[in-house]
Amino acid sequence: MTSLPPALGVGGAILALVLALSFAAPWIAPFPTTEQHMLERLKPPGARFLLGTDQYGRDLLSRTLFGGRPALGLGLGAVALGLVLGVPIGLTAGYVGGRLDDLVMRVVDAMLAFPSLLLALLIITALGASTGHALLAIGVANGPGVARIVRSATLALREAEFVLAARARGERHLYVMFGEIFPNVLPPVIVEGTLRIGFAILAGASLSFLGLGVQPPAADWGLMIREARQYVFLSPWPLLVPGTALAFTIVAFNLFGDGLRDRLGAT
Amino acid sequence: MPPPVLDVRALSVQFETNDGPLRVLRDVSLQVARGETVGLAGESGSGKTTLGYTILQALAPTARITGGAILFEGRDLLGVGEDELRRLRGRRIAMVYQDPRSALNPTMRVGAQIAEVLEIHERAPARAARRRAQELLELVNIADPASVARHYPHELSGGMQQRAVIAMALAGGPSLLILDEPTTGLDVTTQARILELVADLKRRVGAAILYISHDLAVIAQVADRVGVLYAGELVEVAPTADLFAQPIHPYTRGLLDALPHLDGVRGLAPIEGRFPRLTDLPPGCVFAPRCDFVAPACTVATPALETVALERRARCVRWPTVLATPRRSTSEAIERAAVTSDVPLLAFEHVSKHFGGAGAVARWLGVGAPPVRAVDDVSFDVRADEVFALVGESGCGKTTLGRLAVRLLRPTAGRVRFAASKPTDAQIVFQHPDSSLNPMKRIGPSLARPLVLRGLRRRERGRRVRELLESVRLDPDYGARWPAALSGGEKQRVAIARALAMAPQFVVLDEPVSALDVSTQASIIRLLAELRRTLSASYLMISHDLSLVRHVAARVGVMYLGRLVEIGAVDEVFRAPSHPYTRALLSAVPRPDPAVPGRPIRLEGNVPSAQHPPTGCRFHTRCPQKIGRVCEEAEPPWARASATHWIACHIPIAELSRSSEDARP
Repeated sequence: MTSLPPALGVGGAILALVLALSFAAPWIAPFPTTEQHMLERLKPPGARFLLGTDQYGRDLLSRTLFGGRPALGLGLGAVALGLVLGVPIGLTAGYVGGRLDDLVMRVVDAMLAFPSLLLALLIITALGASTGHALLAIGVANGPGVARIVRSATLALREAEFVLAARARGERHLYVMFGEIFPNVLPPVIVEGTLRIGFAILAGASLSFLGLGVQPPAADWGLMIREARQYVFLSPWPLLVPGTALAFTIVAFNLFGDGLRDRLGAT
Repeated sequence: MPPPVLDVRALSVQFETNDGPLRVLRDVSLQVARGETVGLAGESGSGKTTLGYTILQALAPTARITGGAILFEGRDLLGVGEDELRRLRGRRIAMVYQDPRSALNPTMRVGAQIAEVLEIHERAPARAARRRAQELLELVNIADPASVARHYPHELSGGMQQRAVIAMALAGGPSLLILDEPTTGLDVTTQARILELVADLKRRVGAAILYISHDLAVIAQVADRVGVLYAGELVEVAPTADLFAQPIHPYTRGLLDALPHLDGVRGLAPIEGRFPRLTDLPPGCVFAPRCDFVAPACTVATPALETVALERRARCVRWPTVLATPRRSTSEAIERAAVTSDVPLLAFEHVSKHFGGAGAVARWLGVGAPPVRAVDDVSFDVRADEVFALVGESGCGKTTLGRLAVRLLRPTAGRVRFAASKPTDAQIVFQHPDSSLNPMKRIGPSLARPLVLRGLRRRERGRRVRELLESVRLDPDYGARWPAALSGGEKQRVAIARALAMAPQFVVLDEPVSALDVSTQASIIRLLAELRRTLSASYLMISHDLSLVRHVAARVGVMYLGRLVEIGAVDEVFRAPSHPYTRALLSAVPRPDPAVPGRPIRLEGNVPSAQHPPTGCRFHTRCPQKIGRVCEEAEPPWARASATHWIACHIPIAELSRSSEDARP
């Protein structure tokens, strides 16, 4: 066993912390997220409110602890949706090849040429703003990228001898694709997926920031940043606290993904 | 004797790994004198390539030299500074690697690349450098150096590329030339010409040559002296003639006995046991666990490299006994299956397979590339219970035919008729052990899957998997292992077991042992022969190794550029009369016997493109026996040499018999 890449360790540690805090939020948060303390608005960090309060006097620590939940849920959910869409498309295109591959990849290229946030905005404009629609939009926007990665990994394996052996003994194509090829494309898919979670969280926060994702008064990092924007000159804390949490989480996912890539030897 | 150019003294190298030090070379001493070619033979893992890199001081950062010295022209290279090393490397010491494609810069013309070496190392003016580059290309037997110099590497054939690399190595006028498996990726006819060149260079350049190879037959043809490496130790050093006539170390004996001879009788005796792990070496002699002559004294201490005769040294305490024991190579020839049946099991009927090419519209417009004619109008059959071999050089279409046989490909024209009840009664075993098993699946599930297809119940499957592992001589507990934990030979055994799990009547063996070491190769071939008897299946064996084919096949088909040129019983094909291409192919096979020097028939030019195959006889562009216009214009007819032997050539059989007899050594 080789020693763990440092990126994997650091990223993993931060992620574990973020996940643990988000999970434990109901037990460790000192205040309900929506409890307003009208006399203690925009307070800096202090003894009562450890990280200060926002413009309604809500506890920033509590809101930030809970605010990770929609962010993480959206990131993981959107990437899961992206994988569910992208993996079968990529596997099929790479395995079948020929005309079908050409056709699928041109569609994928067209979608990739479109900025993914713009694509997500388009979907939300059509469906209306909500957390579920944001997840759907970001998930769909992630599909083509995943499909492309899976397709190129599949292409490299299509002529592998163990795949030919499976075909020679009369296996069904679905088994060859999912039973033989898929386990081997898994490492790059895991790496790609992990890296994409960070971007998906960022995209989700951006949608919330634009008012198209999580709706007030719920606690969500993107939404908190949006609301804090107007008061930034009165107190920077309502913006800094969720902003830092968001930045750390995204960096942690990226570090973890890079470390995984080194560890798994995927490209 | 003049002082050696290269004098390696008691060299030890280890790689630091997380499992502890990997002791790749231990106490290796070897000299190479000016004008001398020393062959360094060994199987994979023997440390032969590491030795080459150590001499050049180009080891990986995890490597550490733990002892010894490397004297080059009297100076210890281990104490020389980086600047001095750079001056020596490429100029006084040059190395040629296995893959010429990675040694050449794909974006530079060949001539310019060689000239660049001269401009940097010799500070030669550009024009003089270019002239000298052409001279160097001429030195490596390139007929038209001016035109070759203007080409890019990808425009040249593998053999040409390797010559260009050798020319570049010679540019600095080196006094030591290290050749590391320079012919391993090449076809035999190309290899023969590179070996000729190496022999010539010794005379022309007068450099000391260290020739590293896994192939003893090749070493027999080029080396004056031979060193044999096993698991990081030099076990024997001897003049080439002596070593091949009377090997002293049991490992050397084992290697020589494992080599298949072209006579189809001698060789293919496997070395039993497994290569030792370099992190966990056995006490005493490294070869003791696999040695037939092992005695209690062998496991006490590592034996010294003793001088046992004039210029002969061996690392074995039992050598007098070894010398007194007769060799076993001739006693256990594989029982070759005679052709007993006339019933065709698998018949190719005018089969063609073309790949790619432009679409119908582009062709109608007269633009776009024509298809690659990988297989063109081939007819033959494989009978029940026989071994049929297809031989030919790379690109001749033999692998495509194998895949057509198991329906991995569909023919473009003609048909493949299979006379078994189910199509899955035809199975295939591939060439590369690393690619033939799914790396993400344990051995057990890999072997159980075919049984699922055959509808076996779970409990029966477990029992059958164990039986299959036993039938390929693997321990049943291998079922729980991952492919990565297996050696190449073991992986190939599993791949064979997986094909057998379908209980096939017909198995395609596509170069089943070409990626394996000689000692492993012998045991796999014997295993395949044995399994065939119990299964009473037919094999279609695809191979470039004519010696191997002679040992196992009953009938042989020879292919050239998508066409079958000769077909017959194995002894008939290997004897006169022969197709001119078969003759050239046979003459190019290096014999593991320095007393029988190769007299390869030269084939001029390159193999033509399968997109634009020559008209008439496809071999006419390179045929040394071309008789005239008829060869270019008319397809050669099949002429009957005997009831079972047919040759596709315009030359009458009587004349082919005569010319073939002349060529026999």
